[in-house]
Amino acid sequence: MNIWEIIIITVIKIGAILTIMLLTVSYLVYFERRISAWIQSRLGPNRVGWEGILQPFADVFKLLLKEDISPVAANKFIHGLAPFIAVFVAFSTYAVIPIGPDVTIFGYSIQLVVADVNIGVLYVLALTSLGVYGLTFAGWSSGSKYSLLGGIRSSAQMISYEVSMGFSVGGVLLMAGSLSPIAIVEAQYGWMWNAIVQPIGFITFTVAAFAETNRLPFDLPEAEPELVGGYHTEYSSMKFAGFFLAEYANMIIAAGMIVTLYLGGWQVPYIDKLGLGEIVTALMQVGSFFVKMGAILFFFIWVRWSIPRFRYDQLMNLGWKVMFPLSLINIVWVAALIMIFNL
Amino acid sequence: MTIYDIIFYLFAAITVLSAFLVVTAKNIVHSAFYLLFTFFGVAGLYVLLGADFIAIVQIMVYVGGILILLLFGVMLTNKITSVEIKSGTIHVLPAVIGLGLFAAFVLSTMMTTKWKSNPAELPFTTVYDLGYILINEYVLIFELLGILLLIALIGAASIARKDKE
Amino acid sequence: MLTEFGKVLVFIILAAAFVVIALFVARLIRPARPTKEKFTIYECGENPEGTPWVKFNIRFYVVALIFLIFDVEIVLLFPWALTYQDYGIYGFLVGIIFLLILGLGMAYEWRKGDLEWEKPSPKPPNLAKILEKSKRNIPVEVPD
Repeated sequence: MNIWEIIIITVIKIGAILTIMLLTVSYLVYFERRISAWIQSRLGPNRVGWEGILQPFADVFKLLLKEDISPVAANKFIHGLAPFIAVFVAFSTYAVIPIGPDVTIFGYSIQLVVADVNIGVLYVLALTSLGVYGLTFAGWSSGSKYSLLGGIRSSAQMISYEVSMGFSVGGVLLMAGSLSPIAIVEAQYGWMWNAIVQPIGFITFTVAAFAETNRLPFDLPEAEPELVGGYHTEYSSMKFAGFFLAEYANMIIAAGMIVTLYLGGWQVPYIDKLGLGEIVTALMQVGSFFVKMGAILFFFIWVRWSIPRFRYDQLMNLGWKVMFPLSLINIVWVAALIMIFNL
Repeated sequence: MTIYDIIFYLFAAITVLSAFLVVTAKNIVHSAFYLLFTFFGVAGLYVLLGADFIAIVQIMVYVGGILILLLFGVMLTNKITSVEIKSGTIHVLPAVIGLGLFAAFVLSTMMTTKWKSNPAELPFTTVYDLGYILINEYVLIFELLGILLLIALIGAASIARKDKE
Repeated sequence: MLTEFGKVLVFIILAAAFVVIALFVARLIRPARPTKEKFTIYECGENPEGTPWVKFNIRFYVVALIFLIFDVEIVLLFPWALTYQDYGIYGFLVGIIFLLILGLGMAYEWRKGDLEWEKPSPKPPNLAKILEKSKRNIPVEVPD
């Protein structure tokens, strides 16, 4: 392939990924509202279109048409750039998450990932640590006490859980011997899913993912009863939409990472033994990736409407005194497993 | 000029420009904000050099850790955010002499060094080489690094504790 | 390798462009009718009191400090984890010693109470005292 073909294919892939992402984000919001209504015996949004199916578009247009306000006390420069950082970081992470195996279209062998970076997992971890800045700067620059407290809380929370997240990923790397997401998925052939081999790591990573995305039970940065809206108290219009988008995009990335690292990615156990055609297999595998991701996302929403919020000291204790030691034990466990069974 | 050159100059420009803004910004949080781009630009340069692991570590440790620490430090000293930092020009002559000497030194080194003309082949990824080296040749260093970090941890914690009392 | 990072760069540029365009389009079509009230900081309907940049707990700083050190440990552990499968018992020992040192640091922090998140101890107003005062007809000090 020459360079122009690579560029064209990459741009097409990026367009497809961005479209899929925006659609999933908007419908994730819709489904969250519907599922929460269902859990609480309400109706939820059901007026715009059939069963409220057009609700996300109505929401976006509403936000587009809202007046944008940055308060007098705010630091205008950083106040404007903070949502930009949040959205940008959330988007960039999608570049390395693989949604399927290589497929052949029009004679080109195409990987179903934008960039197969050989240190993809580290790339995601690095961008996660960048994500802290959107919230911290938003909190600091708004010039509101609620925002500042929300921003500081969120950054301390995110960095605390980043430690156990990093060590949990260490266990996955031991199994796969590679940092490339594609290689990690391929290492989980059959039933060798990391969730089964290292259940402790699976749990610590999932909990850390909840904390990193600021989801309940860890949504202290925007705890409504005490902090109004947390870091986005003083945001409106498209800037607010930016934070909203970033939060849900991060949720999808977290689900995608959980599936890739622990649930075998796009793999359907032993599908190659069935002797199906290449196209059917590939379609089923891509489908299985989205089904798994959907299940994790449903779990995210389910937890949100089932568990009350932690107190801040409980959150910190859980992060440093439970999850962190557990993730260390997980590494030793995996290392011992590999040594004994020569996996 | 190939596409690599263009990207190199792009990252170099980001690094130098944001570093300049870090020094000249009147608001200290703005400085921290520009520092983000400096670190990012340096990470880009590392990627161009084929040091992928170092690039990501640069972002993880410097951007993810050190800059957050810096920001917290700035935000903790609550007076500092509203105060404009004095960044005037003083001691022009000594600075010019010092800079001139340094520039002469760097330039002379650049002139006299025999630069490799053909670039070495880029490795697929540097992480494995690093791992082999750390486990084989430098295993003692690897463990000593662990002890060094332990000492740093104890030191940091005890300083923080003293502040609290 | 550079090709893949090049794709990442293209992705990053396109993502940034997308965000800029979205914000720009919104600027074109949204209304702008500013009033003085709209630009005040939200503080439960009251006028904002004092500086917004309040001083916060030093604990946050300590957490960042501890995090930084463990972050470096994570980074050091990754190359070991990737090459571990080629070594067996020797690699296991190397890693375990490193992890033990790390665990020692954690145990120290734990023992010394640095991982403890201090709970604030608010002092509730002493009701008995206030009642005592009001009995003696001394005007009660009501904080504003």
